[in-house]
Amino acid sequence: MSSHHPAPGVDGRQLQSLVDRHADLPGALLPMLHAIQDEFGHVPEQAVPVIARGLNLSRAEVHGVITFYHHFRSHAPGRHVVQVCRAEACQAVGAVALEAHAKKCLGIDFHETTADGAVTLEAVYCLGNCAVGPSLRVDDDIVGRVTPERFDAIVAELRAEVSA
Amino acid sequence: MNTRIYVPVDSTALSLGADKVAQAIAAEAAKRGIAIELVRNGSRGAFFLEPLVEVQTPAGRVAYGPVQPKDVAALFDAGLVTGGSHALSLGLTDEIGYLKNQERLTSARIGLTDPLSLDDYIDHGGFVGLDNALAMSGADVVKEVTESGLRGRGGAAFPTGIKWNTVLGAVADRKYVVCNADEGDSGTFSDRMIMEGDPYCLIEGMTIAGIAVGATQGYIYLRSEYPHAFATLKEAIHRARAAGWLGDNVRNSGKAFELEVRLGAGAYICGEETSLLESLEGKRGIVRFKPPLPALEGLFGKPTVINNVISLASVPTILAQGGAFYRDFGMGRSRGTLPFQLAGNIKRGGLVEKAFGVTMNELIHDFGGGTLSGRPVRAVQVGGPLGAYVPASQFDLPLDYEEYAKHGAMIGHGGIVVFDDTVDMAHMARYAMEFCAIESCGKCTPCRIGSTRGVEVIDRIVANEQRGRNIALLQSLCDTMLNGSLCALGGMAPYPVLSALNHFPEDFGVDKTEAA
Ligand SMILES: Cc1cc2nc3c(=O)[nH]c(=O)nc-3n(C[C@H](O)[C@H](O)[C@H](O)COP(=O)(O)O)c2cc1C
Ligand code: SF4
Ligand code: FES
Repeated sequence: MSSHHPAPGVDGRQLQSLVDRHADLPGALLPMLHAIQDEFGHVPEQAVPVIARGLNLSRAEVHGVITFYHHFRSHAPGRHVVQVCRAEACQAVGAVALEAHAKKCLGIDFHETTADGAVTLEAVYCLGNCAVGPSLRVDDDIVGRVTPERFDAIVAELRAEVSA
Repeated sequence: MNTRIYVPVDSTALSLGADKVAQAIAAEAAKRGIAIELVRNGSRGAFFLEPLVEVQTPAGRVAYGPVQPKDVAALFDAGLVTGGSHALSLGLTDEIGYLKNQERLTSARIGLTDPLSLDDYIDHGGFVGLDNALAMSGADVVKEVTESGLRGRGGAAFPTGIKWNTVLGAVADRKYVVCNADEGDSGTFSDRMIMEGDPYCLIEGMTIAGIAVGATQGYIYLRSEYPHAFATLKEAIHRARAAGWLGDNVRNSGKAFELEVRLGAGAYICGEETSLLESLEGKRGIVRFKPPLPALEGLFGKPTVINNVISLASVPTILAQGGAFYRDFGMGRSRGTLPFQLAGNIKRGGLVEKAFGVTMNELIHDFGGGTLSGRPVRAVQVGGPLGAYVPASQFDLPLDYEEYAKHGAMIGHGGIVVFDDTVDMAHMARYAMEFCAIESCGKCTPCRIGSTRGVEVIDRIVANEQRGRNIALLQSLCDTMLNGSLCALGGMAPYPVLSALNHFPEDFGVDKTEAA
């Protein structure tokens, strides 16, 4: 399970350079927000004025876009992001029970992070893995046929990883 | 020659452990001093057999599956590299009934090739359509697509040739081709399989579209839930450009076509074409009023072809084999084939491409083998979260756009989500409303507010609070949404809700005999 998110703490120069690098693209805002979230794990509040200046938009416009899309987070996630598919095909094979199990096992609700900082739990609406559900996304990996036991094993593995 | 062994890189195969199987095979071969060539292909689409390992033999490719890393040593003992027999043997891949009985046009190459190999692509008939198109006038290319009868595979089933013709006729300094790769419908993965398993086919289709209508820039708007497809597309575009299939002089034709992938950000509504264009422009994905049509004023206000992945990926075959060849498949006004997707509670889930006219019974029983749980099928949802729930009594209808529409259902993108008899249809109806509330772009009140009210009303029906009155309320709420919504999110969310209520009233606490 790859793709750790770096610890919170945002380097202003790095932020500026990401904004500069994307500013000239047609329709630059989404690629820019993706680059920022990929780098920092979220789109920090302090990025809003920098983006607004870079694209000649109002802060309200930038904020409006960030909040419109479920993918963008305003707060730093845990070291790993686990998304549980809630959509119909996964429901047909037990996604509702898996969602309940995940929340109980981690002791958190969607959009929350475990106290040890290991896992942020999110909902997702289909991962295109609908023939072998219930499905999870763990960082950039998709996992199919997830039983509660399998879920526990995945979480144990994520927690066991030494955080560098 | 080293023996070729294939292990898929498709997301679903990976989700079942294909990477670990590939590693185990490489390690076991090394340990035994056997030289192999490990090819990471796309998936054949028989997901119930994944991870599916194939070996090239003189008789053809021999398949084994589903393979786990722990099976690998025993497979080698059984003579895997020569196609030896083992408990997981499936025989010649081409003879597997699930695959053999399909009619694969659009998905013909997926699983056969290394998705990123241009040589493989060309060896399997790739770029013939584009070469033909480059030798034709734009108007003739559009005519061929019109003659094929191809209709949009993203949901609305609008004739592709007519759309292209509008863009062709528009006069502008710049035109665009946009591929809708938002594939938000639960139960669908055919777009993903093309992008991961045969990306050059989509690139070829988009390039043909660009050349036909005179567009020089293409964008693929890809949902962010597809990280593997993103990586594959980026690499494929890079290689296609390096080999001269994209760029300012495509194959020395003097015609230019550039292509870029853009990621969405987890908004179902951005699959709606005008919302998608807003999003590509860097804005909130709020649905636009039509007219103007995107074909005339689309991306950045310019004439734009916007098509689904499967629509575009069907074009190379049409240009290679001719519109008449494609049109000869299918029935009525539903021409050609559709890669159906068997999902949910299904024993043999996967991709099944068939000509229109196939029935649900054939798909979910003959191909799918019934439910995974072994219990009776109670309902299937066809066409995504806005599609109706179809009861078993209608499983003999031919899958044809018009036939389905007549019964208040839709084929949409061809996703088929199977539920067994433990499903609670009132819960599914509630979910449909909840999903609409979560994903509404907020522009119209019936969709934005109505969906939240819908959840509450269904809760009251289930709790038996003034049930009769609340059912009437739900019906009138659905009516308001149907008639007062700008797009199909609010306008069609009532379909799953009302079909659940009408076909399965007992789940809402209503006696079957007194239901409407
Ligand atoms: C709420 C909503 C979601 C949609 N989602 C998708 C989608 O994920 N993919 C897609 O190709 N079309 C989707 N569509 C249909 C598009 O609006 C549009 O019809 C399609 O991109 C046209 O391409 P086609 O003619 O090739 O089907 C959606 C429509 C609505 C109303
Ligand atoms: S129906 Fe819903 S999603 Fe569609 S435009 Fe109206 S508010 Fe937006
Ligand atoms: S419905 Fe869960 S992966 Fe598609």
